[in-house]
Amino acid sequence: MPTANLTSLKPGQSAKIIALNLEAGLERRLYALGFRCGQEIHLLRRGRMAGPLHLRICMTEVMLRRCDASQIHVAPING
Amino acid sequence: MKWIAVLGMPNTGKSTFFNRLTGSNAHIGNWPGITIDLMLGKVKLGDEFVEVVDLPGIYDLRGFSEDEAVVRRFLESTPLNLVLIILNTTQIDRQIILPMQVQQLGLPAVLLLNMVDEAARFGVKVQPEALSERLGMPVLAISAKYGAGYSNAIATIAQTLHHRNQTVQVDHLDDRLLPDHQLTEVIHKVLTGTVEIPLRLSDRLTSQLDRVLLHPVFGLPIFFGAMYLIFQAIYAIGTPLQAWIGDGLDWFKSVALEPLLAPLPALIKGFLIDGLYGGVGTVAAFLPVIFLFFLCMAIVEDSGYLSRSAFLMDALMERLGLDGRSFVMSLMGFGCNVPAILGTRVMRSPGLRLLSMLVIPFSLCSARLNVFLFMSTALFTASTAPKVIFSLYLLSFAAAILTAALFKGKFASQEPLVLELPPYRFPTIKQMLVRAWCEVKHFWFWSRRFIIFGVVAIWLLNNLPTNVPPAGPETLSGMIGQAMQPLFAPLGINPQLTVALFFGFIAKEIVLGGLAVIYGKAEGADLAGAIAQQIDWVQAYSFMLFTLLYVPCLSTVAVLKSESKSIRFALLSVGWSLGLAWVASFIFYQGARALGF
Repeated sequence: MPTANLTSLKPGQSAKIIALNLEAGLERRLYALGFRCGQEIHLLRRGRMAGPLHLRICMTEVMLRRCDASQIHVAPING
Repeated sequence: MKWIAVLGMPNTGKSTFFNRLTGSNAHIGNWPGITIDLMLGKVKLGDEFVEVVDLPGIYDLRGFSEDEAVVRRFLESTPLNLVLIILNTTQIDRQIILPMQVQQLGLPAVLLLNMVDEAARFGVKVQPEALSERLGMPVLAISAKYGAGYSNAIATIAQTLHHRNQTVQVDHLDDRLLPDHQLTEVIHKVLTGTVEIPLRLSDRLTSQLDRVLLHPVFGLPIFFGAMYLIFQAIYAIGTPLQAWIGDGLDWFKSVALEPLLAPLPALIKGFLIDGLYGGVGTVAAFLPVIFLFFLCMAIVEDSGYLSRSAFLMDALMERLGLDGRSFVMSLMGFGCNVPAILGTRVMRSPGLRLLSMLVIPFSLCSARLNVFLFMSTALFTASTAPKVIFSLYLLSFAAAILTAALFKGKFASQEPLVLELPPYRFPTIKQMLVRAWCEVKHFWFWSRRFIIFGVVAIWLLNNLPTNVPPAGPETLSGMIGQAMQPLFAPLGINPQLTVALFFGFIAKEIVLGGLAVIYGKAEGADLAGAIAQQIDWVQAYSFMLFTLLYVPCLSTVAVLKSESKSIRFALLSVGWSLGLAWVASFIFYQGARALGF
């Protein structure tokens, strides 16, 4: 299974979370927002000029900066 | 008296519920060691009176944010009879961690599943009875916004509370909470069979709106257009209202106060009318714009568009240590800094909030614009004056960016920027009115004493001793103006204009009135002529530069102090803006003179 980080997904693509290598505060917050290993995540769009990512995880939509998103490893689904 | 705390994640309608429950009885409570405002309201439930506390919205009792620490401290220090947990039913899959954590702490609780209308629309189905059995607490579905299920929920809360005569206070909170991997397992067990969630969120309205509003090309122009409209709506209505309030207060002064106080000695009369009553008028002048500002903010924020603005502006703002919400508040500051600073409360990270509060006072507000319009017309040709005004707007941006760049290390945001982008919603009229009214009350409550005191103090400086013309060279302010000449002469600012800066410390609205008193001319062409005879354009621009950058007004300082809860922070803001004003004016004036102007 090929792995990548969240920033390498294309808009409209989904992936499964494999690992989160984040500092403790952010990791706790993301856990509360539904980011868990094995969870499916969907990239809706990216902000312009290296702007943040617009993500959907279950019933929640969030924006996450790319520097943080690059620490989340995922396995892309459907290519 | 029994105590209830209301707990919930952000964006769950917790405040809406709290407002519905407490009506207009809520006020800010005081807890030792807790630095955040907690709203407190006394409510009659069944046949007993209960104190209800609205805790800040938090994601996680084990979280690292300031709000989360506050809630932990509160639960460890306050004996409670009951905790009400509010969650957004649509997101029950993840929000269930809060009721689970409360259960682990052994706190008696009632769980309210809010926004049932929205959940039904998105296809989320919950069985409250089954969930209640598994969690060991009453579970009720409600809509805090429209009131569905509300009276039923209140009856259950009253009943539960009736049997809860003992209070519970949590010791060693951290040790009692399960670690994540166990929590994930328990959540799974609780939700299986009690909650049905569609595979993915199907909110077509939100997806379609986002496709337009977050469009890579059109998103930003739409955002700026929307901000322009809101700005116009607030200040096009607010400024005339402000003028009417001023006229009304003047009318009352001339028909009632002046005749009534006529027998008193001139000093006492002046103190009461121009000092004390003038101070009340200064506070009152802000009330309409604050009301309108938060009426509009209720729409921008509750609709979910404020978070979207953060998404749109983040690429630019991240470099400055700010986010898109700070940008919105700074833009609104171009009307009036006071409501903009109050508006920073939506940002929950203290560092981010303080940095935004430090930046906002550099937004060229409408009161300063009036001074600049007058001065530039008096000293510049009709074709140059607009360019002068435009240059001041550019400098206003530059000062804001410089401040953010210099202070972002000192006020770094300790909180990660993960913002929820909730589905688009529209607040009810009642929600908007309640919000605006609460903010007006809050401003009146926290800022009036400081502002009135300041107005009185400056009045005394301008009017003591009593046997000389007000604001003249022999008064206290005139003497201070003279004494400060070594500091202001290098800026080209003469003693008269220095005294005008004293007036400007209260409010830029009264600078022109102040100049009229100082020069003994009527406001308008006469005054413009007198000033133009005395100073040249270099001095005038230096004065405008100083006016742009130094402390916007006493009311801004008052809200900086009340919002940061720190006199030191307010002093830092005042000191930095004065320093920057001095350096900028110095460089400009000396530079222009050196170049032969």
